Amino acid sequence: MANFFLDNKDIQFHLDHPLMKKIVDLKEQGFREKDQYDYAPVDYEDAIDSYKKVLEIVGDVAANTIAVNADSVDKEGPRVENDRVIYARGTQENHEMLTQAGVYGISLPRCFGGLNFPLVPYVMTCELVSRADAGFGNIWGLQDCAETLHEFASEEINAEYLPMINKGATAAMDLTEPDAGSDLQAVMLKATPNPDKPGEWLLNGVKRFITNGDGDISLVLARSEEGTTDARGLSLFVYDKKHMAVKVRRIEHKLGIIGSPTCELVFTNAPAKLVGDRKMGLIKYVMALMNSARLGIGAQSVGIMEAAYREALKYANEREQFGKPIIQFPAVYELLTNMKARLQASRALLYETARFVDVYKNYFHIEKERKLEKEERDEMKKYQKLADAYTPLLKLFSSEYSNSVAYDALQIHGGSGFMKDYAIERIYRDARITTIYEGTSQLQVVAAIRGVTTGVLLGQMQAYEAVKPTPEMDNQYRTLVAMREQYEAAVKMVHDAASAEGNDADLLDFHARRLVEMGGYVIMGHLLLQQASHPTAGDDYRISAIAFIKEGEAKCSAHYNYIREFDPDSLGYFKMVLEEQVEA
Amino acid sequence: MNEALKIVVLAKQVPDTRNVGKDAMKADGTVNRAALPAIFNPEDLNALEQALRIKDRYPQSTITILTMGPFRAAEVIREAMFRGADGGVLLTDRKFAGADTLATSYTLACAIRKMNPDVIIAGRQAIDGDTAQVGPQVAEKLSLPQVTYAEAIDNIDLKTGEITIRRRLEHGVETVTMGLPGVITVNASAPECRPRNAKMVMKYKHARTVSEVQQEQEDYYMALHKERCYLCIPEWGAADVQADEASLGLSGSPTKVKKIENIVFQAKEAKRLSGDDGDIEGLVKELIASHTIG
Repeated sequence: MANFFLDNKDIQFHLDHPLMKKIVDLKEQGFREKDQYDYAPVDYEDAIDSYKKVLEIVGDVAANTIAVNADSVDKEGPRVENDRVIYARGTQENHEMLTQAGVYGISLPRCFGGLNFPLVPYVMTCELVSRADAGFGNIWGLQDCAETLHEFASEEINAEYLPMINKGATAAMDLTEPDAGSDLQAVMLKATPNPDKPGEWLLNGVKRFITNGDGDISLVLARSEEGTTDARGLSLFVYDKKHMAVKVRRIEHKLGIIGSPTCELVFTNAPAKLVGDRKMGLIKYVMALMNSARLGIGAQSVGIMEAAYREALKYANEREQFGKPIIQFPAVYELLTNMKARLQASRALLYETARFVDVYKNYFHIEKERKLEKEERDEMKKYQKLADAYTPLLKLFSSEYSNSVAYDALQIHGGSGFMKDYAIERIYRDARITTIYEGTSQLQVVAAIRGVTTGVLLGQMQAYEAVKPTPEMDNQYRTLVAMREQYEAAVKMVHDAASAEGNDADLLDFHARRLVEMGGYVIMGHLLLQQASHPTAGDDYRISAIAFIKEGEAKCSAHYNYIREFDPDSLGYFKMVLEEQVEA
Repeated sequence: MNEALKIVVLAKQVPDTRNVGKDAMKADGTVNRAALPAIFNPEDLNALEQALRIKDRYPQSTITILTMGPFRAAEVIREAMFRGADGGVLLTDRKFAGADTLATSYTLACAIRKMNPDVIIAGRQAIDGDTAQVGPQVAEKLSLPQVTYAEAIDNIDLKTGEITIRRRLEHGVETVTMGLPGVITVNASAPECRPRNAKMVMKYKHARTVSEVQQEQEDYYMALHKERCYLCIPEWGAADVQADEASLGLSGSPTKVKKIENIVFQAKEAKRLSGDDGDIEGLVKELIASHTIG
């Protein structure tokens, strides 16, 4: 039987990472629930074994149900009937299977019906599901909303809503509006206290581009402070579909992820409860929600890459031209090797980021129970900083790579890839959204540049350099050191130019993407180098490490040269486009 | 009858004969079990699903798997527990070896008598023997009514003790009502079994028979099994089920195999397509891939 977890050694490798010991210890806190719940682990080995067994279930459903349904879901799509969303038949089946498997709420505490797994195995499930069907990956991944409730909502709200997740309730995050996309400060949906029911709020207005907008539980960003126009007037609310006060006006016709319904919603006196504190909606809670959603898109992107790579590898072996399989031509095997390198580099960055988030979120929850020791607090801060720096980097690189790998995979299919007959056509369309939603690549750069200017990325590069690689990889190690030096020099050049008198303040923003990308190449290069130095699994990563570092070296040099040769005054040329006449 | 049924599901571990390779048979004409993975007999999984649906309706019900085989057949019991069964019994004894359907059903019937269930559900047939005899023979030996080829249980009336079942026949569907206790055998056309459940897997992953615990010889399991009795899968031998030894195993099996022949297919591999959209689309894709068309 096909199984997307068991057939993927690379995912399994990340489950055995040394940092998992700390993560499991923090999550299980002395395995204190072992006598209270018959499914709680008794020690570290038991916990990891349970993660593997549950991932095996998800890998089974992904391979034998979700992947099988992907094509028909893409063709059929969801529809609106009587203001409600009806999923495609396959989507319903996927959801029922996962509900029966009892895997929803995988990271929620056991007292809420969850499995109390750390984030790392949860992110793995997102990857497995997205490899089968990226569109369904959204419905699966929106259980993140429950995680946000768990972090910030009152005990009363958590007791009401969180147990619904394991029973199969789906969720949605209702943030964007027609005039508030990337700029969420402009959200206008109105929240007013219900005069007849203290503690209840009424929501009125319109939301647009809401993924799974007809979900059972909705987190809604709304303006609770009358007369305000900025982020400080926004609060977060939770709404239960049972009130039937939100209508689905329409669902969008999209290029990809067709099975995932994207809704326009009309709220009419929809009763809702406040999550956490007033005015903290966007500033605190949505930021946290977006960060975990970005990690989720990282997982989705890696899942898409895995699917695309496998389709391409299969086709390149089967398809014969000029009397031999096309994989034997340098132009094709080079593509495939670079695709695999990008895939493994993205996955390495994905799970490194997930581990960082895991450690600090665990401390966050422990802190609710007791005061943290100084060392614990320091560690929490350290990992939070790393998580904040890595998350936008991950979202940027994995989503862009997911597009490039899908593009190359389709290219390898030649004319057949352009036809509707092969899965790669759907995968290619599905990949396209990943660089756009949960913050475009351009906005990830804005977030990631902070890691560049604060020196967090540099510090981490140096920490990686302190670990010496296996002797066979010495050349790659030296290349990475040189790349890091080039990165430092480029950062300095941009910084100097941007702060020099008379120069345009836009200069840092203009070069930001180049700097962030240089940082990414060094960091992912190190992650692959470390994996390639692993005593037993190293062989699985050597080729990818060599290929990736080679490509990264070339890209870093190109960016470095661009920055070095760039005359600050020529920024003006790029602004000329602002003057172009636009046809009415 | 209270709001619960005591259900026994008959299950068998079989070699996976669905994907038979070249080395599936030994030179002497017997099945090369080493080359074929051991799996849960597919229609027994359909049977388990029907039992689980009864339990969904009456959550106080219990499902016990009954299987006969060597020690490793306990895997079938664990698999069923991962999907929602409460436990199982492994019938294992050298005296059971070499049983045909008559001896097998005798042994099973002896065990079922001891368990005293309200309903017995089995797959229609096992993919290694394809006889479809064991379920009906068990019913006969226990003098119980039976419904074969079941596809769904439409209703259970606990007051009258009657169960209404839909059967899939060659040219249609028949709905019958049977008094309990009784035996039901389930078709492959019945709904597929639900997946493993995460919490059940974590709860029961250390479930072992006594022999397995002894084999593993880990103090950890011994301690765990003492503490959590639900992890212990009982093993029953001939004496436990008070069976007449002459009716067991080879001596209780009138079936004698005269000769086994290896058949080599002369024609190239054939494929049957149903003519529905999915099959046609698959064929078109295949023909395009091989450049027969397009």
